Amino acid sequence: MATHSNNQYYVPHGSIYPAIIATGLLSLASGFIFSVATDKSKDLAYLQAPGKWMMILGAILILSMVFKWMGAVITESVTGQFKSWEDKSFRIGMIVFICSEIAFFTAFFGALFYMRVLSVPELGGYDLDITPYKEFLGTWPSTGPGGMTVSGEFKPGVLHPMAAWGLPAINTALLLSSGATITWAHWGLIKNNRKQLIIGMALTVALGIAFLLCQATEYHEAYTEMGLTLRSGAYGASFFMLTGFHGFHVLLGTIMLIVILLRCMKGHFTPEHHFGFEGVAWYWHFVDVVWLGLFVFVYWL
Amino acid sequence: MSTTTVAHHDDHAEHPTGIMRWLTTTNHKDIGTMYLTFSLIMFFVGGAMILGIRAELFKPGLQLINPEFFNQLIGVHALIMIFAALMPAATGFANWMIPLQIGAPDMALPRLNNWGFWLLPPSAILLTLPFTLALFGIGDGALATGWTFYPPLSIQGGIGVDFAIFAVHLLGISSVLGSINIIVTVFNMRAPGMTLMKMPMFVWGWLITAFLLIATIPVLAGAVTMLLTDRHFGTHFFDAAGGGDPIMFQHLFWFFGHPEVYILLLPVWGFIPQILETFSRKPMYGYKAQVYSFWAVGVLSVVVWAHHFFTSGMPVPALLYFMYSTMAISLPLAVMFFCWIKTMWKGSMSFETPMLFTVGWIILFGIGGLTGLVLADVAADAQYHNSYFIVAHFHYTLFAGGIMGIMAGTYYWLPKMTGHMYNEKLGKLHFWLTAISFNLTFIPQFFLGLAGMPRRIPDYALQFAEFNMISSIAAFTLGLSQLLFVYNIVTCARGGKKATAQVWEGAQGLEWTLPSPPPYHSFTEQPTVK
Repeated sequence: MATHSNNQYYVPHGSIYPAIIATGLLSLASGFIFSVATDKSKDLAYLQAPGKWMMILGAILILSMVFKWMGAVITESVTGQFKSWEDKSFRIGMIVFICSEIAFFTAFFGALFYMRVLSVPELGGYDLDITPYKEFLGTWPSTGPGGMTVSGEFKPGVLHPMAAWGLPAINTALLLSSGATITWAHWGLIKNNRKQLIIGMALTVALGIAFLLCQATEYHEAYTEMGLTLRSGAYGASFFMLTGFHGFHVLLGTIMLIVILLRCMKGHFTPEHHFGFEGVAWYWHFVDVVWLGLFVFVYWL
Repeated sequence: MSTTTVAHHDDHAEHPTGIMRWLTTTNHKDIGTMYLTFSLIMFFVGGAMILGIRAELFKPGLQLINPEFFNQLIGVHALIMIFAALMPAATGFANWMIPLQIGAPDMALPRLNNWGFWLLPPSAILLTLPFTLALFGIGDGALATGWTFYPPLSIQGGIGVDFAIFAVHLLGISSVLGSINIIVTVFNMRAPGMTLMKMPMFVWGWLITAFLLIATIPVLAGAVTMLLTDRHFGTHFFDAAGGGDPIMFQHLFWFFGHPEVYILLLPVWGFIPQILETFSRKPMYGYKAQVYSFWAVGVLSVVVWAHHFFTSGMPVPALLYFMYSTMAISLPLAVMFFCWIKTMWKGSMSFETPMLFTVGWIILFGIGGLTGLVLADVAADAQYHNSYFIVAHFHYTLFAGGIMGIMAGTYYWLPKMTGHMYNEKLGKLHFWLTAISFNLTFIPQFFLGLAGMPRRIPDYALQFAEFNMISSIAAFTLGLSQLLFVYNIVTCARGGKKATAQVWEGAQGLEWTLPSPPPYHSFTEQPTVK
């Protein structure tokens, strides 16, 4: 720290973007609540239309302000406002943010393990004299004792899980190689080899998009052919919530990678100064690691 | 710790005036002031709700409010007091004081800081809007599940539950942003020579709080998200028919909920030794022991959660584990208490308002801690669970341990922040009224709980009448006494005797080397700490 004592830390001028994003979130959240209010009380159906509009308004506010905010940060970065001191702040901040994301996924992994190890076996293990679910065995994958209704026919606990060695294995290969290509691009950046940087980034973006397409195919199959939905008990809920949130993170990561690719093409990064690149790369690796957890615990075992 | 060079310039930086100053500000003091003001307002909103409860409980029978509204008031009172009053107060002090205490020019991520604050008013709107909507015939009011959202009740509830879920989401984002900012500031913005083991206790308290928030708030976000999908998208996380379990929600919620207690208390534990050393005029005793105790409490707090629902049912080995690990928390806490007492030992003590609040705090928070030890005992808890005993216990920890600590900090640093001395006589009056009426409110509730009065019920058996009457009268006294607090703060902000830079004779630390009030940009050149 001693080296910083004569530097001036960059404190940005006031910004209206955060307050508008917060307003957008208020609009998005209350709009969502209004649009689903009819689930619990039929006489609130008239809130559905205004709710949808509030959600659209909120989303527009948030997206446009995020766009402007990030634009301001890029301008500050390109005009040389961020020196090593500020750079270190961003690095620590990104690490802590990724830690909070890990904690978020921990909640869903925790729910998966709880249901798989505790609640489902317990529901299947009751004495036949006291349980209303006499046919329920409590094995995994499970829809729970309530079963799943497949085309009108009640089937207790019968479920076809998503096989690991089809699309999911391909997805694993896609994400792992995208981790390799982004590292290769980073080497290009450090060596100041722009061609390697841009090809590496473009490959990473392509692999990310391929992953998303595979996952969309998988979801489509699950809903249309396998009858596996969010409503399919413990397995369906944990499967779709875990892979869904992960897929959402891949989507965000791919958008960020595209922005970084464009910035690489504009020559925003130097071998010494490229936190924007590294931050997104860290995020991408984090998404990659979460996927490995998913592949092992949701698909494979 | 002593400082050699302190230099500052740029006293009158350019910034917009009026509402735009506050909407757009990236200045840590402006943002801190907004947090503290917001917290004070919400303290009164949450307080007004509970006075409605105490009015209803003044005598047996149903007289003022119906049971549904009673439940809603209780749940929203807790959410507001925890998330909108106590946490923002601590964050406000963090914003104000951490840069001053570690010799930083500002917080490390100023725009993020601004966003962290501006998420709070929308969350407060989400929390209270269902009450207003119900007046217009939309929905049936706020969530009626208590602040803990337990399913299956929370899955059946009306739109109030959805509003609370999203309020928690926004508050969670705000807390995570605040924590990121504080961790980065502490690790990257300290003045040269300010090693970690020279940091003021308040900074230590907040650093561990921030770690706890990063680890637990996202879990709460995940839990309420599962609640939302169970409510609207047909998942079965908390429904045994689908293989889920309502008790799983209790595990997820309290994995956040128990560390949350220390999230509320650790910043206050940082105030206490600093105030004690100032008014005892001697260095604090056992700095290292206190820092290690903070760490020990922080680590233990994430592995003890199930003591909040011993009676929900779990295997005996789990009961034993959670009982013993909970009791283990009393060890580092005992270390802290002895350090605090030893700091006062043989000091030349004087009892200005912050010191009064601090000494009172030690006794009252001690009662809160010891009654917690009783509740940690599985066998005893079977009797006390869900009774007024637990209500009294957590108000001793969160009102005395949390809010009275915040008040001590407020009186301690108010002259530094405003540049004026507050009215000492009114401050002392405020302390005595608060301490006495607080005890009169909650001591009867210990007895009520021991006698078997359940919490969250608007009516009660006749034999509980006297204690409830005493508790209600004292609660109204407690609430009204807080008007003195506001009056004192407002008059102090507007004028009064000028405060010196040092303010208190025995005050130590970097914040006292700046003039009162400090310049708009604190340490544009960092001091060197020896």
